[in-house]
Amino acid sequence: MKPFSYERATDVQGAFRAIAVRPDAKFIAGGTNLIDLMKMGIESPTHLVDVNHLPLAKIEDADGGFLRIGALVRNSELAGDRRVRERYPVLSEALLAGASGQLRNKATTGGNLLQRTRCFYFYNAGMPCNKREPGSGCSALQGLNRIHAILGASPECIAVHPSDMAVALTALGAQVETLSATGEVRQIPMTEFHRLPGTTPQVETVLRPGELITAVILPPPPPGGQAYRKVRDRASYAFALISVAVAGNQIALGGVAHKPWRAIKAEEALKSGASPAAAADAELAAAHGYGGNDYKIPLTRRMIVRTMAQTKETARG
Amino acid sequence: MPDPDLSDDPTRRDVLEAGIAVGTVAAFEAGIATVAVVGADAAYAATPHPANPVMLPVRMTINGETRSLSIDTRTTLLDALREHLGLTGTKKGCDQGQCGACTVLVNGMRILSCLTFAGMHEGDTITTIEGLGEPGRLHPMQAAFVEHDGFQCGYCTPGQICSAVGMLKEHELGWPSHATANVAERKLALSDPEIRERMSGNLCRCAAYPNILAAIKDAGGIA
Repeated sequence: MKPFSYERATDVQGAFRAIAVRPDAKFIAGGTNLIDLMKMGIESPTHLVDVNHLPLAKIEDADGGFLRIGALVRNSELAGDRRVRERYPVLSEALLAGASGQLRNKATTGGNLLQRTRCFYFYNAGMPCNKREPGSGCSALQGLNRIHAILGASPECIAVHPSDMAVALTALGAQVETLSATGEVRQIPMTEFHRLPGTTPQVETVLRPGELITAVILPPPPPGGQAYRKVRDRASYAFALISVAVAGNQIALGGVAHKPWRAIKAEEALKSGASPAAAADAELAAAHGYGGNDYKIPLTRRMIVRTMAQTKETARG
Repeated sequence: MPDPDLSDDPTRRDVLEAGIAVGTVAAFEAGIATVAVVGADAAYAATPHPANPVMLPVRMTINGETRSLSIDTRTTLLDALREHLGLTGTKKGCDQGQCGACTVLVNGMRILSCLTFAGMHEGDTITTIEGLGEPGRLHPMQAAFVEHDGFQCGYCTPGQICSAVGMLKEHELGWPSHATANVAERKLALSDPEIRERMSGNLCRCAAYPNILAAIKDAGGIA
């Protein structure tokens, strides 16, 4: 790991000042992904601004039945929050399906959104990767690609976003609140926060330089049941091969794309009276496998159908 | 040893790229930058990595004692404990957050000491396996692991024990797990599948899991 300087920000303005004068600096919160990447030499910031002590660690009820989750709320605390468990169980379930107790105690809401992909080739500095080294090529296209994308990929990158939490937030129609040094506050829908790879897979979100995630805002839960299902290589402590979050009639998929995937086509089909299986087919009409991940297409179809059935079972009222 | 003075000489490339980076900052301050990653290489060249390790003072309470260190910013909490403080009870397994061997308690909560920098723990209270108990005054969880043979080689054991203590606290807080059928449920019993799921971040290569489970149930007073 290359040497870096470090400072602890105690107020938001201080954090912005620290970043503004050092465009190569990075904010660090839980650090569970960034430090791993720094050890591998994949991330190499010259300066870290520790934001753990900013006042962004509360979960607060907001007007209109909204819930405001501070960016520094730990994954474990969010999953254990009484309001989340009762009103947004799909979020609690998604968080608890991810990582381990130790990691959830450290990982933050904001940091979870900014996780980098777990693509083998992104992590292997000896192999070409357009995300790590733009223009070098995508090793996964012809390589080991059983964990890779079936929707929204590009010839430049077929990596997937690894978060479970973000899939639930996408199904719930959450907004990401950000703050810039200029004082500008943005509320970005989850569906627009992450980007598809296109020709710039190294650009993963719409965050601007120095922009800080301050909160995630949940609208009142949609009517109907909620459920999160995840298929992985072992029963616990593994990233999703496929996951499905359902909240009422809203569906999001994990492990299928470069971003948490809102299944708009399936939702539209359901609205026009299609069966869950037909709705899944509508979503997956554009799916494309790369050999190793071909299994994901029928698996996603079955997962959508099964999770929707489960939602009906758990629907309250 | 590279001459630090020599490496500070700006090359033509550095100067050119520094110019680009300054432009980037100006655009950002005016609020007109619209892309998330602007010339990352240029930015690195603008402010290079420090030529020498950056030292950071940090004071932590470790196992009840206040310890002050001046430490390289790159040092993980795990390495600080083992290499700088001589607390080798905490083990380095994978060093990348996949095995749980390095689990310690920070401010009462279990975390992985390999995925956090020591310098970020100013003012924190840290408990390692040595702080839980030592021969002659074992923590009930340590005693239960001995009683139930909750190990073979013992390498994962300090992490297992710290993790189990943290896990019981999380259960006391009323936190559900992936094994919880209904996360909204208020009364959560610690069934065997619950304990196994909550301990899934600690791998045991000897597969002593049945005895680890028995030890945790014993120490936790779980029937």
